[in-house]
Amino acid sequence: MEIIAIILGGVLINNFVFMQYLGLCPFVGVSRQLETALGMSGAVVFVMTMASAVTAALEIYVLAPLGLGYLRTIAYILVIASFVQLVEIFMKKAAPGLYKALGIYLPLITTNCAVLGVTMLNVRRSYGILLSTLNGLAGALGWSLAIIIFAGIRERWRLMDIPKTLEGFPLALISTGLMSLAFLGFQNLFKAAFH
Amino acid sequence: MIEAILTMGISGLAFGVLLGVAARKFRVEQDPRVSRIIEVLPGANCGGCGYPGCSGLAAAIVAGQAPVNACTVGGNTVAEKVAGIMGVQASAVTARVAMVYCQGSRDVAEPRAEYVGIEACRALDQLGGVKGCPYGCLGLGSCVKACKFGAMYMSSQGIPVVIREKCTGCGACVKACPRKLIELVPADKQVHILCRSYDKGPVVRKYCKVGCIACQACVRACPLKAISMDRGTLARIDYSLCDNCEICVSKCPVKTIVSYKLREEKAVS
Repeated sequence: MEIIAIILGGVLINNFVFMQYLGLCPFVGVSRQLETALGMSGAVVFVMTMASAVTAALEIYVLAPLGLGYLRTIAYILVIASFVQLVEIFMKKAAPGLYKALGIYLPLITTNCAVLGVTMLNVRRSYGILLSTLNGLAGALGWSLAIIIFAGIRERWRLMDIPKTLEGFPLALISTGLMSLAFLGFQNLFKAAFH
Repeated sequence: MIEAILTMGISGLAFGVLLGVAARKFRVEQDPRVSRIIEVLPGANCGGCGYPGCSGLAAAIVAGQAPVNACTVGGNTVAEKVAGIMGVQASAVTARVAMVYCQGSRDVAEPRAEYVGIEACRALDQLGGVKGCPYGCLGLGSCVKACKFGAMYMSSQGIPVVIREKCTGCGACVKACPRKLIELVPADKQVHILCRSYDKGPVVRKYCKVGCIACQACVRACPLKAISMDRGTLARIDYSLCDNCEICVSKCPVKTIVSYKLREEKAVS
């Protein structure tokens, strides 16, 4: 039951972008094209899942027994930054075109509040390593879902006649708000399905 | 305390080793000339060359897509160094400076309304400006804010002035102007027609005392035929033909044409 709750919660009900307003910088930054959005999604899924697993292990086996809770933020950022760097090194080799298209937004995953946010939530809800990993994966999938839907919408803007004052970021933020309204509809999904 | 140091130290070391191994495994072979060129470039990342930052230009030079003298900021000294790295002969960089093609300061093009809003030309441009001229300077100084080299300032009458000695020709101000009034011109050209209004003479007269009224006196006066009429209502100089003779400067009835050489001589005397 808890597994289903985590997956549904991460992907739909507590979607990072639309419900918690986390990770908006790359969300707005690289959602112009479906292709870059997919690449970014892949990077975020990898970083968030791995970071969740490693930080949970770090918390349970090192930080908590030694009473080093105050080191949490810096230790977690170290883990996240390492994984981001790993993705960057790998992507530079495997997909140089995508690496170029993502530009500054790839290293910026390090400071993506959704990634740090999910690891912090794992601690607060005292999930074990397995559930933390699942929560990270679900959160990342939710984030990916959001950016991929949004990239689809933004690709259509190119064919539209948009008022000049709304072009670019203003319209992106307004559309995000409208989509988050739509996602409000998922609020009672879990209750409705299981009670 | 000691646990904290050990924890961070050990985990840092572990991730460092991991990344080191990954970096070795997924290494991308890069031309060593790229990093050497990055070292000699100014490093201002101004984007004046048209590439994203100095590293972008370095990659383009090595790939043969950009000439070795593409960096206008660095000038000849940098061009020679880059040419040395690339093993080719450098041709001289023609220095370029920014030129503001509007003289419509507050005293000659009176504001017809007061603007209270965002202090950015782009915002005011949406409203059409306050001076009456649909082509002229909006006077909020977005170009001055865009200059990374302190080479521009706003005159007391609200028109941007380029300090030619400091201008590196990076073109940041060119991009900042929503009315496209700033252009990069060859630094050795002294005579400029400072107006971009395509309105007919009588219309220009109504809102600006120094705008081009399309009388064509300069076109007739130019011995080299370097001046022609653009769309029939605006005089323009072909810089490749102009030899700084300044005959047109004295012929212009509204003082739209200025000579920077004469200005400097006046300043000295």
